[in-house]
Amino acid sequence: MKKFAELYTAIDETTKTNAKVDALVHYFSEADEKDAIWCVALLIGKKPKRTIKTAELKSWCMELAGIEEWLFEESYHVVGDLAETITLALPPSKERKDFSLHGTMDKIMSLDKVSEEEKREYVQTTWNLLSTPERFVFNKLTTGSFRIGVSQQLVIKALAKQFHLDENIVSHRLTGKWDPVNVTLKGLLFSDNKNDDHSKPYPFYLAYQLEVPAEELGDLNEWQVERKYDGIRGQIIIRDKQLFVWSRGEELITEKFPEFNSLLNSLPDGTVIDGEILPMKDGKPLPFHVMQTRTSRKNLSKKILEDAPLMMMCYDLLELEYNDLRNESMNMRRTKLENLLSEAYAKMKDLPLVISPVLECKDWDEVKSERLKARECLCEGLMLKRKDSVYEVGRRKGNWWKWKVDALTVDGVLIYAQKGHGRRANLYTDYTFAIWDGEQLVPFTKAYSGLTDKELLQVDNWIKKNTIDKFGPVRSVKAELVFEIAFEGIQPSPRHKSGIALRFPRIARWRTDKSPNEANTKNDLLQLIQSLKV
Amino acid sequence: MLKFDRFGIFCEPAGVYIDPWKPVEKAIITHAHSDHARWGSKHYLAHHDSIPIIKLRLGADISVQGLDYYETIDMNGVKISLHPAGHITGSAQVKMEHKGKVWVASGDYKLQNDNVSVPFEPIKCDHFVTESTFGLPIYNFPDPQIVHHDINAWWKTNNEQGKNSIIIGYALGKAQRILKHLDPSIGNIYTHGAVANINLRMPEKLILPDTRPAVEFIKKENAGSIIVAPPSAIGTPWLKRFEPFSLGICSGWMQLRGARRRRGGDRGFVLSDHCDWQQLNTAIKATGAENIYVTHGYKSIYAKWLRDEYKLNAVEVDTLYEGENIEENKPEENEQAEEVQ
Ligand SMILES: [Zn+2]
Ligand SMILES: [Zn+2]
Repeated sequence: MKKFAELYTAIDETTKTNAKVDALVHYFSEADEKDAIWCVALLIGKKPKRTIKTAELKSWCMELAGIEEWLFEESYHVVGDLAETITLALPPSKERKDFSLHGTMDKIMSLDKVSEEEKREYVQTTWNLLSTPERFVFNKLTTGSFRIGVSQQLVIKALAKQFHLDENIVSHRLTGKWDPVNVTLKGLLFSDNKNDDHSKPYPFYLAYQLEVPAEELGDLNEWQVERKYDGIRGQIIIRDKQLFVWSRGEELITEKFPEFNSLLNSLPDGTVIDGEILPMKDGKPLPFHVMQTRTSRKNLSKKILEDAPLMMMCYDLLELEYNDLRNESMNMRRTKLENLLSEAYAKMKDLPLVISPVLECKDWDEVKSERLKARECLCEGLMLKRKDSVYEVGRRKGNWWKWKVDALTVDGVLIYAQKGHGRRANLYTDYTFAIWDGEQLVPFTKAYSGLTDKELLQVDNWIKKNTIDKFGPVRSVKAELVFEIAFEGIQPSPRHKSGIALRFPRIARWRTDKSPNEANTKNDLLQLIQSLKV
Repeated sequence: MLKFDRFGIFCEPAGVYIDPWKPVEKAIITHAHSDHARWGSKHYLAHHDSIPIIKLRLGADISVQGLDYYETIDMNGVKISLHPAGHITGSAQVKMEHKGKVWVASGDYKLQNDNVSVPFEPIKCDHFVTESTFGLPIYNFPDPQIVHHDINAWWKTNNEQGKNSIIIGYALGKAQRILKHLDPSIGNIYTHGAVANINLRMPEKLILPDTRPAVEFIKKENAGSIIVAPPSAIGTPWLKRFEPFSLGICSGWMQLRGARRRRGGDRGFVLSDHCDWQQLNTAIKATGAENIYVTHGYKSIYAKWLRDEYKLNAVEVDTLYEGENIEENKPEENEQAEEVQ
């Protein structure tokens, strides 16, 4: 655990990619084989199932720290992270022992079979033998919330460097189903057997938001323009007469989409399609929240399947007849995709696949106006792909760009404030905003980010002077300050007082020029929802 | 005997304020940090070692009387004396004795020995005014010897890689504490103007390693140096001349991962001139006081803890003191201005 915690700290405390890769290479060069494979698994987000409840961890920590729940909660509010709160609230350990990472993982996974008393015994003893950084990592692992600031791309880079392999090969071998319990790192990286795992998806090629005026991309003829749909990016794989559906987060989600089972009869073996899984009816996408209701269900009843039928909007063809097409040009892949789909239509009329239409634009001005139509089409914006581009690995700049439309905005009045976390623990930085419903202000969203440090201090100062009431950590304040809230989507929500819910709200700016009665109304937002519907 | 009003902490029978934030007739200053030593009062009283800095900040012509620790003066029948607070050079707790009752206002304090200030001494009293900057159980500061060792090891590694080390801490207090423990055999030590300004006003008995002003830094010749600078230097073009460098930040807040990451330093060192959780509890128990007034920090939480756990009569008090704030740094801002003048 010592080396793994050191790796964690090194990665956590730098923003420089090179330093991160160096730290990884260093770790792989000296880590035990069994620890290294666990490290890779954890770094790329393979989490074992949780065997300890966070409530248990919390109470064992409070016991050792000699504090009551209210004080733990206050501390948690300041720290903002449960694993870290436990780490810091525990009395500093006096003895140390270096546990192996794989031994610790084995132990944690086996805990579901033992009594609560035994669990407590194990966790508390271990806490008392770990340094602060080790404790933090241990708590992250036991709470199942382990995350670390490296992209899969960097892990691939470091492994390629350490084991003298091509990055694309490493990348492909890391994808798909494998279990750190029964493979070794070398076994995984050097397995030459192409048939070992047919379920494996290709790493997704992801685009960055366009940062320059579109004209600067040059000749429009070299670009393919498509819409950017708002669903679940995924890969459909048909190999060995089996169907696999993967999400971009590399989760195998085949079971959630029974619609695609029919593809086994209509697509040839050895096919991989990249696209967006969307709820669609009559050839048109449905709003994103339809998808949410669908994916949140465990049991897919007939009614749900009818209300939210899913299809894949196909973007790209990555494999055909077991041939990896990623190094062919976009143009070539597109032609092959079109042919494949028309053959499939011939076999099956209600094929759950649609090809993502290419928008024919004469010039960049037309592209711009297409982009502005995004919301009517329930899209996020456009995708611009170079026609001669190969299918790359991970998030890359240059050949593919996403060009999302600007966020929607609404002006809200600040009515509640709560203290922030960490270094902002003494500042009121978490705000609740309200809109007008007749004569009344109703809260409609919370937002945390978006103000500059200077503005935060000003607002904090204002809040302290204009508090009407305190309840717990929350203060209600005079309805006076107006802020512009930006967001990505809006939907009706009977659970909220305001009747609406926003997706990804954030503070766009402080409208010092506006008085509270100039803020938006509930009606404004309901109208907005209407206008966004097709 | 003490009242908390809109001017500050008022000792009514003596007619004197402690660390007032608005101009008053007579003010006792616990220490020279700018949230405690404020401008505009007619007469000041402080420990001898605080006076050069108070004058630097509030003007050379102010009326200020110096006291030694334990020296007692009488103000309208109130016996007043200053006692070591261990926070920074010249920092003092104010003891007030009147009609058989003892009150102590501690200003800022810590129990760690920093080898720069005179260590904190608990005073038996009936009423104790405490800060609570780090008054939560999550703040458990490491042994400062280990932190100083880590700072030197970090400097050494950077030095070996031909990089400079910029270490950030308050110009008054933290900077001297850092300097005091640097290992000069590793390389050259430079100070930001704000730090140099304070160093000039430290008592003679404080021996610091030799330092050079940062303006004399020459890139080609001085690779691998360490530069001690105040928080206000973070993110300014002033840092450019030291490239390539690693940035280390010394603060109690560095205990929190979020603070370490948001601050944008390469390393966070947990080094504070305030009490952590254990120190606060130890100090308060040692005073034997039944009545506790909790000021700046997590005051309502900490006061509740004292009531629940130790059955003390503890209340929170609103003040305008700022605690350890790595974000908005008035003292350093003032000093920067001074540097420009
Ligand atoms: Zn202070
Ligand atoms: Zn203070």
